[in-house]
Amino acid sequence: MSYIPHTESERRQMMAAVGVESIDQLFADVPAEVRFPELDLPEPASELEILEELQLLSEANLNTREAACFLGAGAYNHYIPSVVDHILRRNEFYTAYTPYQPEISQGTLQAIFEYQSLMCFLTGMEVSNASHYDGATALAEAAILALNVHQGRRDKLVLTPGIHPQYREVVRTYLQGQPLEIVGDDSLGSRPETYLDERTSLVAVQYPDFFGNIVDYASLAAAAHAVGALVCVVANPIALGLLKPPSEFGADVVVGDGQPLGIPLSFGGPTIGFFATRQEYVRKMSGRLVGETSDSRGQRGYVLTLTPREQHIRRGRATSNICTNQGLMALAVTAYLSSVGRGGLRKVAELCYHKAHYAAEQIAAVEGFQLWNREPFFHEFVIRCPKPPAQLNQHLLDHDILGGYDLGQEYPELEGHMLLAVTELIHKQDIDDLAAALREAVDA
Amino acid sequence: MNFPTDLKYTATDEWIRVEGDLATLGVSDFAQDQLSDVVFFEATVKVGQRVAAGAQVATLESVKAAADVATPVSGEVVEINQSLPATPELVNSEPYGGAWMVKLKLSDPSELTALLDDAAYQRNTKERGG
Amino acid sequence: MLEPLIYELSTPGRPGHRFPDPDVPRADLPAGMTRKELMLPELSELEVVRHFVRLSQLNHAIDTGFYPLGSCSMKYNPKVNEDAARLPGFAHSHPLQDLSTQQGSLALMFRLQQWLKEIGGFAGVSLQPAAGAHGELSGILMIRAYHHQRGQPQRNKILVPDSAHGTNPATTTMSGLRVVELPSDARGNVDLEALRAECDETVAGLMLTNPNTLGLFEEHVQEVVRLVHDAGGLVYGDGANMNALLGVVRPGDLGFDVLHFNLHKTFSTPHGGGGPGAGPVGVGDQLLDYLPGPVVAELEPETEDLPPLYGLEMPPKSIGRVKAFHGHFGMHVRAYSYIRSYGRSGMRAIADHAVLNANYLMAGLRQTYQVPFDRRCMHEFVAEGRFEFAPEIHALDISKRLMDYGFHPPTNYFPLIIREALMIEPTETESKPTLDAFVEAMLAIAEEARSEPELLKGAPHSTPFGRMDEVQAAKQLVLCCRPAELAPANP
Repeated sequence: MSYIPHTESERRQMMAAVGVESIDQLFADVPAEVRFPELDLPEPASELEILEELQLLSEANLNTREAACFLGAGAYNHYIPSVVDHILRRNEFYTAYTPYQPEISQGTLQAIFEYQSLMCFLTGMEVSNASHYDGATALAEAAILALNVHQGRRDKLVLTPGIHPQYREVVRTYLQGQPLEIVGDDSLGSRPETYLDERTSLVAVQYPDFFGNIVDYASLAAAAHAVGALVCVVANPIALGLLKPPSEFGADVVVGDGQPLGIPLSFGGPTIGFFATRQEYVRKMSGRLVGETSDSRGQRGYVLTLTPREQHIRRGRATSNICTNQGLMALAVTAYLSSVGRGGLRKVAELCYHKAHYAAEQIAAVEGFQLWNREPFFHEFVIRCPKPPAQLNQHLLDHDILGGYDLGQEYPELEGHMLLAVTELIHKQDIDDLAAALREAVDA
Repeated sequence: MNFPTDLKYTATDEWIRVEGDLATLGVSDFAQDQLSDVVFFEATVKVGQRVAAGAQVATLESVKAAADVATPVSGEVVEINQSLPATPELVNSEPYGGAWMVKLKLSDPSELTALLDDAAYQRNTKERGG
Repeated sequence: MLEPLIYELSTPGRPGHRFPDPDVPRADLPAGMTRKELMLPELSELEVVRHFVRLSQLNHAIDTGFYPLGSCSMKYNPKVNEDAARLPGFAHSHPLQDLSTQQGSLALMFRLQQWLKEIGGFAGVSLQPAAGAHGELSGILMIRAYHHQRGQPQRNKILVPDSAHGTNPATTTMSGLRVVELPSDARGNVDLEALRAECDETVAGLMLTNPNTLGLFEEHVQEVVRLVHDAGGLVYGDGANMNALLGVVRPGDLGFDVLHFNLHKTFSTPHGGGGPGAGPVGVGDQLLDYLPGPVVAELEPETEDLPPLYGLEMPPKSIGRVKAFHGHFGMHVRAYSYIRSYGRSGMRAIADHAVLNANYLMAGLRQTYQVPFDRRCMHEFVAEGRFEFAPEIHALDISKRLMDYGFHPPTNYFPLIIREALMIEPTETESKPTLDAFVEAMLAIAEEARSEPELLKGAPHSTPFGRMDEVQAAKQLVLCCRPAELAPANP
């Protein structure tokens, strides 16, 4: 199926107007010996055939609507109210371009301004940008911001082991061209305070952390500020519906992944990275920003602002090259938060919290399983297992259950431990079935 | 376009007024015209700081562009325009007057010979489309 | 002000979306850690729907009208792609599931990798980068890693043509390398002499967009590539303009060592008001081991009874992971569907018609709007938005007036090397009647510039909003709703 509309007659008329007899002539500048290659691709398919093929491929997957999902670790199976996708499917939203011409893009611009506002209130920070690709890249951008705040005079970043392992990898990838020391996360027992000194630009923590722990970072933040370092908190946005925002314990930057706010899992992408910080850092913040203004007719309107920051090069300092934001995903978050509202987000957070605690209790009651967390946890927790998690998960699959994340790969001290997440989509029955299946797996 | 004859200029559009061993600097009329509406000014040095020729002393932003302001001469920063951050539009309306940016005590007056006079600077701006 | 803010529509106590009550016992909430105030709006579902539908109606979009935006490839976004991405087996898959339960997703990604390799002429592809600029960062980091690996860290210079997109130099600095700008010659190509002068033992690579941002195919591209390779550098390609090359020439065959694709430009995934996109990178043999990862690999080949077994592998000298999980899978599905739609023969048809459309527009406009280079254009071209007879009219004014004719303006003021640039790219999905209407509008506007310039200066007149005060926006910086506007919190 092709979306090229030209009739044969139109093609001929146009070629005549251009002054060519064959379309090949338009490509005269292309070196002849490599021109017009034979591409080894399948033959064109009709829409019908494409959907059939993709249907088959999709059915080769087990998805989280077919199996009770206890997997979290940075991506969460939450309920998405029906309105959200209906809004995303508005053609005027999803087929629109970046709003560089504000007179005909107020839909997109106002929606982003609303997104920015919602993220400010959710995180407790003063200003939010229009988003980054995901939570991991938002964390990398926070590191770049801190290095810029210190004008390249500080060269140490402190990461903590409670930050998602993939996020820490991304920070290291992004900064591999800069002469920096990135420390603090080599072992589970690492204490970030021991790394703080006047070379430290940023210390980053996760809230709740990767293991679900709810930690109060107030004293760490104070210690960081005492040496002039910035504090970045990677936050779970659903947790922020229940827990006190990071602004209350000294965060300078709050980042995270907004996937839980109305974005489907989609095998990991696209999602959205939120980024919020203090007003004083607004000019050092990368990413798009929408500001309020008025138009020539006196109407309130919105426009992309501080655009020269986007690709300006400042000598001697790391700069971000980010050109995009996650547009439609920001709209999804805005639609979700508008739909569930103040009461709804709190309710979702509480449902996750109570169900997770019931699950932890039920599993810990199974012979051989033990709850590892010593701190209060939100909707994720770690269980020490009597058998390898990979083996247990195979057994759980036979019961249409997606078990937790095997922590042994990234945390050698947590070999034999599994990270489980519980959301509002999990029923009590699912939890009871999980406990029963685990019991069965151990008895076997 | 205004090119006061009592000033020296750089090819990067800074102007400098010298009185004894005191130098005042800012950006030229051509610069403000290229930038269009200036919305932000921030000095990146502090009073008492020593700077070398070529070092950045301030940053400017308009809706179209961001620009670093560099000092063409070495010296010690003795004064910074405290009212410019609140009224950045002065860069457009009074580039040589109210929008002066930084005052330095010169440490090496011989550096002044490398600067352009108003006629040379005007020719330079013509080459760049001025 | 046509549509209030979501916060202005909020009313305390307004019932919104309902969730069921917990079916488990309630646990104690963590002491001292709970939130006292949550400033989120309270709206009914109908209020939410009306708000967003009305907002959407303030937008121009591909589905409402033509978007001749140079270097953006605003082609039609097929609806089947949207349905495909929403298939439950794709939409509801968790990225960390045991890979035996995700063979469908992995098969799709593997095949897409193969097709992009084929289209680009590459040895390997990573689908992980989330956008063009992200792919660019990956590409430059790979080049840097390559030279470091071979004991040549002094190679820290990246050459960038003066017509390049702003992300090119920014990416270079971010990667810890330095930028040297190369001028263009009178025919819009990279100046070979300038290039020759810079090709020394410090050169890490060249970033080249081909066709370039003037819409012109680099006339000496093989010579350019040879010069860089002979000096020991690598060539990075910005694939933003691939729409002109599909089935016509493969960048790998021209000698490009790495290139990023823009799935949201060339491969029809929707722009979404500014994202999400996807920026996969293709590489030649030299950089194969350095790809960002993990990438999808075939662990076991197909047998008589079974399909191949797919898994994820980290290339041996990978620059590392550039984002969490596997990339923008939702966009991979859409691009897959698109490529399946056109197939082997269709790729060439896309480029043919994209280039024909652009040349057709150029032929219709160049008597009135100066086109700086006397050459055949590719899928886009640059015209000057100014008139000798009306010196006070700028490209901006022409752009704003176009909105009154129902068109989104072309790309303005880019590339920077052309005065009052209007970069025009029609794409292959626009019909002759649309193109003729656009030419007519542009000619009418030129006439207005002569006889009634105030129509341009005050434009747009018929859109819901007039020109925005960008100075006010930057000076007063209101980036968030003011708390005073919010309804008081209800305990």
